[in-house]
Amino acid sequence: MQEKPKVTISRTRPAVSALQDFAFTAEMLPAGGPLSEYRQRAWEIYRRLPMPTTAEEAWRRTDLRGLPAATLRLPAAEAWRDLPPVPSHLLQPLTAEQHGGQVVLLPGGGDDPSTGSGQRLDPALVARGVIFTDLRAAEREHPDLVARMAGQTVRVEEGKFAALAGALSQNGVVLYVPPGVTVEQPLHSVLWGPGAGLAHLSHILVWVDDGASVTYVHEAASPDEADSMHAGLLEVRVGQGARLTFVELQSWGRGVWNFSHERIQVERDGNLDWIFGAVGSRLTKNFSELELVGEGATGRMSGFYFADGNQHLDHDTQQNHLAPHTTSDLLFKGALKGRSRSVWQGMIYVAPGAQKTDGYQANRNLVLSKEARADSIPGLEILADDVRCTHGATVGRLEEEPLFYLKSRGIPPAEAERLMVEGFFDPIMQRIPFDGVRQRFQQAIQDKMMAA
Amino acid sequence: MSQLEIKNLHVSIDGREILKGLDLTVKQGEIHAIMGPNGTGKSTLAYTLMGHPAYTVTEGEVWFKGQNLFELEADERSRLGLFLAFQYPVAIPGVTVANFLRTAVNARRRAVNPEDKGIPIPEFRKMLQEQMNLLKMESSFAGRYLNDGFSGGEKKRAEILQMAVLKPEIAILDETDSGLDIDALRVVADGVNALFGPDLGVLVITHYQRLLNYIKPHFVHVMLDGRIVESGGPDLALHLEEHGYDWVREKYEEMNGQPGR
Repeated sequence: MQEKPKVTISRTRPAVSALQDFAFTAEMLPAGGPLSEYRQRAWEIYRRLPMPTTAEEAWRRTDLRGLPAATLRLPAAEAWRDLPPVPSHLLQPLTAEQHGGQVVLLPGGGDDPSTGSGQRLDPALVARGVIFTDLRAAEREHPDLVARMAGQTVRVEEGKFAALAGALSQNGVVLYVPPGVTVEQPLHSVLWGPGAGLAHLSHILVWVDDGASVTYVHEAASPDEADSMHAGLLEVRVGQGARLTFVELQSWGRGVWNFSHERIQVERDGNLDWIFGAVGSRLTKNFSELELVGEGATGRMSGFYFADGNQHLDHDTQQNHLAPHTTSDLLFKGALKGRSRSVWQGMIYVAPGAQKTDGYQANRNLVLSKEARADSIPGLEILADDVRCTHGATVGRLEEEPLFYLKSRGIPPAEAERLMVEGFFDPIMQRIPFDGVRQRFQQAIQDKMMAA
Repeated sequence: MSQLEIKNLHVSIDGREILKGLDLTVKQGEIHAIMGPNGTGKSTLAYTLMGHPAYTVTEGEVWFKGQNLFELEADERSRLGLFLAFQYPVAIPGVTVANFLRTAVNARRRAVNPEDKGIPIPEFRKMLQEQMNLLKMESSFAGRYLNDGFSGGEKKRAEILQMAVLKPEIAILDETDSGLDIDALRVVADGVNALFGPDLGVLVITHYQRLLNYIKPHFVHVMLDGRIVESGGPDLALHLEEHGYDWVREKYEEMNGQPGR
C-alpha cells in the first residue's frame, strides 16, 4: 500500500529569510556626464559596503531580512508608460495658490504629456538665474554646477544605500537659487514611483545661495503594491543669510522599502525650516541631519508621522552645532496603530568651541493599539561648555478619563479618539505655516483612525 | 415631559458597594439638590448616571425617556439629553473649546441624520458667541485648549457653556461649587438659572448649602451611606446649614436599628 504524503500546515510565520544583496551591476551606471567620476567612486564604495545588519547600532531596530533585494531591478527607460500615472492630487499646490515651478519624476525618466506636468519653471525665475529641473537635464545644461553640488553634504561612504543612490540614481532634482534672489511662489517636485519589483533611486541637490530665499516642497509617492524600493540622497546647502523652508512628504505605497540619507547644511546667519510628513512605505530608514556650520545659523525640524498596519518607520535625526551661536529646534510627533512600529533616534552634537549654542529636541509618541510599539531614543553629545541643550522623549497611550469626558458630550468613541489624536498632533500643526500641508496631515489622521 | 427615574440603584467600585438602593425621580422643569457629607456616594451617583466604566451597577435600574440608561453608552446617554457637569473637568490638550463643541454638536446632528454635513461654521460661531456672552466669557476663550491650564472658575464656566450649547433635558451638576470663589460661583449659578426652564431638569450635587443660595432647588434630598434618607423642600437645606448632618445620621441609624425592618 502506498504511503500517503504527510501534510502539515504550519500556522507560524515562515522563518525570516537571510539578508539578500542586490543584483545590480556596473553596466547600470549612467554613462558619461559631469557625475561619471562621482558615480564610479560611489559604485566602488557600494560594492565594498555590506548590507547593514542589526548588529550595527544605527540599524539595531530595523531589520532588512525581509527585503527581497536580489529581485529588485532598475526601471527601464520610460518605464512609466506601462505603469499607473501620477494621480492629479499630488500635483496640486500645498503651500500657496500656485507653484513657481514643478518637476515630476517618473520611473525611467522622461515626461508624461498626458498629465501636462513635466518640468515647469516661471520664466521670470529663469530670467533671474533660478535653476529648478530634473537631474538629467541639469547634467546636460549645468554640468559644472551639478558636479560641484553632488557630494556637497552627504558622503557616499556613509552607507550602503547612500552609495547605491549616488552611483545609480536615474532620477533627481537640482534646485539652485542665485545670491539675493527671493523666490516668492513655492517650488514643488514629485517623485512618483509605481511598479512592484522596481528600485527607484533618487538624488536631490539644492543650493540656496547667499541671501536667497525659497520654499520647496518635495513629495515621494506610489500606489500600494508588492515589494519595491526607494533609496535617496538629499543634499542641501543654505548659504549665508539665506532662508529655506523645505517640506518633505513621504507618501510611499505600502510595499515600498524606503531608505534615505539627507543632510542640510546651514551657513552663517542662514535659516532653515524643515518639515517632515511620513505616512507611507512598508519600512523606512531615514537619516536626516541638520548641520549648522556658520555662526548664527538656525534650523528647525518638525516631524509628523503616523504608522499603521505593519509599517515600520525609523527616523534617525542629527542636529550638529559646528559653530557658535547656532540654534536648533526639533519636534517629532508620531502615532501608531495596528502592529506598526516606529523608531526615533535623535542626537544633538555640539562641537568644541560651538559656544552659546541652543539645541532642543523632543519626540512624542502616541501608541493606539496593544500591538504597536514606539522606541524613542534621545541623545546629547556636547563638547563645548557654554551651551543650552534640552531634550525630551515620551511614549504614551490614549487615557481613559479624557475619552470618557468627550463621550459624555455625545461624541462617539471613534471620534473621541480621533479628536484626541488631533489634539496630540496640534503642536506640530502649529509649526506648519501651510494650510495645504496641515490639511494633508489632518486627512492622514482621519484616514488612518477610521481604517480598521 | 422627560424624567430621569432612578429605582433601587446599587453600585460598586472595585467590589465595594457605594450606592445601596437609591431612589429618585427628576423631571424637566424641576431643580433637585442632593446634599450629604463626603464619602456618601454623591459623585458615584453622578458618574454612574453618565456611564463611567469604573462603576458597576449590581442592582436596580434607571429610566430616561423610555430607555433603560444602562443599555446605553455614555455618548448615547448624552445624545438622548443627559448632561453631567464634572466636578473635575478633564483637560484635552491640543483641542480648542470651539473645535470640541463643534464636534459634539455635529455628533448630535449625525445621530439624527447620518448624512448631515455638520453645522455651518458661521452659524456655529454665532451660536457659540451668544452662549459665551450669556456666561460673560471672553470670545478668546473659544480658541483655548479645553480645560488646559484653566483656572477653577474657568473650568466650571466651561462646563456650563457646554451645557448651554448641548441643551440637555436633564443636567447633573456634580459639586459645581467646589473650588470657586463667591464671584465665580455667582457667574456659574447665573448661567444655570438662565438656562433653567420648563425643558430642563437639574440635579445639583453639593456638599455645602452655599450654592443653594444662588440656585434655588424645589426639592432637597439628603444622602447618607449610599441612600437618600431624607427628602424635603428648600427648608431642608437651611435646616442642614444650621444643624449639620448629625441629626439625619442619628435618625437614620435609629431607623436602621429598629428590629424587623
